[in-house]
Order: sequence, then C-alpha cells, then structure tokens
Amino acid sequence: MKHLHFWLAVGLCVILVFAASRLVTNDYFFFAGYVVLQYIVLATAWNILGGYTGYINFGTSGFFAIGAYSSVVLHKLWGPPIPVLILVGGVLAGAVGLGMGGLTLRLKGVFFAIGTLALAIVVQTFITNWDFVGGSRGVYIIRPASVPLLGTYIHYLFFVMLVLSGFALAVARTIERSTLGYGLAAIRDDEQAAEAAGVPTLKLKLISTTISGALMGMAGAPLPYYVTYLDPTSGFNLAYAVNAIAMPLIGGTTSWVGPLLGAVFLGTIQQAATVTISSSLNLLFVGVLLVLFVVIAPHGFIGWFRPRRRREVA
Amino acid sequence: MADALLTVQGLGKRFGGFIALDGIELEVRAGERVGLIGPNGSGKSTLVNCLSGIMRNEDGTVRFDGATLDGLPAHRRTRLGLARSFQLPKPFGSLSVAENLRIPLLYTVDGRNGVHLGERDIAARCDELLAMVALDGKARARPRDLTQIEMRKLELARAMAAAPKLLIADEAMAGLSHSEVDDIIALLFKLNESGIAVILIEHIMRAVMSFSERLVVLVAGRKIADGLPQDVVRNPEVERAYLGE
Repeated sequence: MKHLHFWLAVGLCVILVFAASRLVTNDYFFFAGYVVLQYIVLATAWNILGGYTGYINFGTSGFFAIGAYSSVVLHKLWGPPIPVLILVGGVLAGAVGLGMGGLTLRLKGVFFAIGTLALAIVVQTFITNWDFVGGSRGVYIIRPASVPLLGTYIHYLFFVMLVLSGFALAVARTIERSTLGYGLAAIRDDEQAAEAAGVPTLKLKLISTTISGALMGMAGAPLPYYVTYLDPTSGFNLAYAVNAIAMPLIGGTTSWVGPLLGAVFLGTIQQAATVTISSSLNLLFVGVLLVLFVVIAPHGFIGWFRPRRRREVA
Repeated sequence: MADALLTVQGLGKRFGGFIALDGIELEVRAGERVGLIGPNGSGKSTLVNCLSGIMRNEDGTVRFDGATLDGLPAHRRTRLGLARSFQLPKPFGSLSVAENLRIPLLYTVDGRNGVHLGERDIAARCDELLAMVALDGKARARPRDLTQIEMRKLELARAMAAAPKLLIADEAMAGLSHSEVDDIIALLFKLNESGIAVILIEHIMRAVMSFSERLVVLVAGRKIADGLPQDVVRNPEVERAYLGE
C-alpha cells in the first residue's frame, strides 16, 4: 500500500507531539492546543471540497454543530465514550453532506456557496427549536474530572483531537495522491472536460461532500465535553465557517500541507490574541491576514515553495 | 448499413422555441473519416454536444458500437469509446501536461475489460501519447505555458488517451496558421490509420476537403447534404447556403 508510510509517519508524529505535551504542566496549553487541532481538522475537511474539488462551502458551522449536537443527544440518552461520539457525529454529518450534495451540487460557483450557507441556517433553526438538546437556552454537560492514565479530562480531549487531526491529514493526503484526487482536480479545473475525459463528476462530488462533511462532524463531536455548556450561538459560531475558509487560503489549497500550516499559524495567533489583547479581536486578525495574503501570497504558504513557473525555451 | 459504428436517427434539440437540430440522420462506419461543415449557428457544435452527452437531445436516438446512448452521461459515453475534443481547448489548468493525459487513462482505460494499469503503464502511455503529438518536451509544463497549437495538440492527445473508437474533433484548427493546420491534419490522418473513425468539424475548407472521405452539411439545424466531398460542394443547395442566392 503506497500510502502506508505516510499513515505510519503521521502516527509517529501524533505520539511525539503527545509525548512532548506531557512535559507541559500548564493546563491552559491543552485548552488552546485543542482549539488549534480542531481547526486543523476543520480546515483540512473544508479543503477536500473547497481546495481539491473547487466547491466553496460556507456551511462549515452547520456540519460542525451536527457533530456537536449528536454528541449532546447521545450523552443524554446513553453517555458513550468519546470515540463512539466521534464516529456517530462523523456518520451523521457525512450523511447530511451526501444529502446536501445531492440537492445542491447541480448549482455552480456562488449559488452552491449560498446553498451551503442556507443549510447551516436550517440546521441552526432546527436545533434552536429542539427542546431536548436545550433549545436556545443551551445545555450543560457534566464531564468526568479525570481519566485513568491521562490525568485531567482536558489532556484526554487534547489527545483525542490530536489523533483526529492526524487522521484527517492522512485522509486528505491519501485522497490527493489517488485516482480520486486526480478526478477531483479535473472537476475543479473544468467540469465539462472532466466528464469528457471519463470522470464521473456527480459521483466524485458526492464522495467529496460526504468525506468533507463527515470530518467536520467528527471535529464537532467532542465539543460539548470541551465547552461543558453548549448553546446554538456558540455551536454555530460564524468563526468556524470563516476560519475553515481562511486557513486553507492562507496555507494553500492544493495540498494537505496548506490547511495544516494555515490552521497552526492562524489558530495560534488567535489563541495568543485572545489572552493578550482581546477575545473579541481575534476575528479581525483573520480579516487582516486574509487581505495581506491575497496580496503577498495568492497561493498561500505553499505557493512560496513551489517551483516558479518556468518559461520553456524551445 | 448494418456495420455502422455510430447511428443517429431523427435527432432533435430545441432551446426554448428555437429548433437547433431537427431530424438529423447520420451514420459513421468504423475507421471512416467524415467532415461536418455548415455556416455559423447551423448546429454543428450542438450536435457534438448531444452526441458526447453534454447536452440532452429531446428527440431521436443515438446508437454507438451496439449500445444505445440515450440518457447516458458524458463520462459513460467516453468510456464506451466516443471521445471528443473541445472547440476552445479546456485543459486542466492546475495539472501538468502529462497529468492532463493521466485523467482519461485512470478513468477510462484503467479497469476496462479487466485491464489494470500500473504506475509504469500509465507513465509509458503518457510518453507515447505526448510523442504522438510532438509534445514530449513539455510533459512537465503547465497548460498555460503552451502555445495555441500545442494546446490543440494537448486537447487531441487527451481525447486519444481514452482509447476511443470514434473521435469527434470540434474545430481543432480554428485560428491556426497554414502550416499548423497541415500539422493537425497529418496528426488526424495518423490517428485514423490506427483504426479510429474521425468526425472533423471545420470551417477551413482546404482541411476538410483533403481529410474527409465523406462530407455532411448542416444548415439551420437540418442536414442538407451527405456524400462524396466533390459532389457535396457542387450541390446547389450547399452553394446557396454558403454564398447566398
């Protein structure tokens, strides 16, 4: 299997980062690190549809919240362990992604983007009016104080999100280098030409929305345990949608490395700004950096390291 | 003709109240070279789009190599062996020239008749196709760095990568210089010699007359002539369509 080496390397990185994190004594590091890791998953997931396939999704917060609220429902009914919640959140959000794809993928460009935004609003309205999950009042989740072997619960959440981000990156890279990835790139560049070259565009777009949606849902599943109080305003926060777009754009959209760099860079700046300057100012940074990057690095960080276009001398 | 590769019967296409194609009948035998001409707006490109599955025809049926194509999406038709090139080249801009050819290889040839292409087969086939269209030096170039004629050649090579039985070349020579047109004609002859039937849609009469075994003329969505090129161009109806009364 040609991707096995990468999956092993990612596994090793996850173990190394986690081992290094054991040296940190300040719990705040884990709270902040969790958010950055969560954005690695979200940005990577967004990029599978937005960067690889060329369909802009403004509804990230909708998929993310589907994962989060499916955990709330399961928590109230049965209270399974977090890996189970992630699995269920992923399956549900993936199914919604598939359904959304079926309904909206005949739309192109800006119309598709508006469709995804509408989906997020529909899901938010539904959750806000659903009493069982707290409605607009929100819901409290009591989490255990500690976990065996790992210590405090936030260490456990950090570890879970670390594994998930490794998984998301490995999935993205596997897609990128596969037949599926070439097909998605063809769709992004020219859909008619892709069809003429034998690419089943509708099927591939559905696969793309499903995987992208599922990863977003998985990223959202542990959220109730992280925040312990979840209401629609925080679950469907616009910041998730904005960041999930800004991070791949700043990092670069054509490779799995882009969302990773973008999420680490922007996520860290936001976390630092939240504690040092102002918690409400961090979205401003996104805007300013986005404008800056459009000018100085239109292809993101990875655009700087790509070989410049060479003029072939005949 | 029982051995026709492509059979079009009573094909009709409307855009709202406008009848773009009306009762088109057409047959193409395996390995045949057919020229398709007609004034601007006569429905040539619409016919290509209906045959290749990008547009749906309301009336008529299209049969290809023993299968009925009606309602099949474009990618299924390409897999059956009906390939096309676009009038305005549509390369995959973010991929290299070689990767452009990889797409049809992965999606049409790989897995066909149980044949699985390895990485080495794909690379070898890419090299072969690029050599055929004399783009071997440009395998790693991006499409935006190609000249017009190179872009047309890439377009043809990508259609050929799908290993078709019939190639529809939609104005592959428009805007090219005299010698470049000769280049493309020579290339199309080479493809035809390997057994591929070609429908050539073209305005450049010199190219059409030298290439086609048979000439089909469309005017205002109807087929008005079909026969040997020399006879067709002397047909009074065709003269009227091109030169006026």
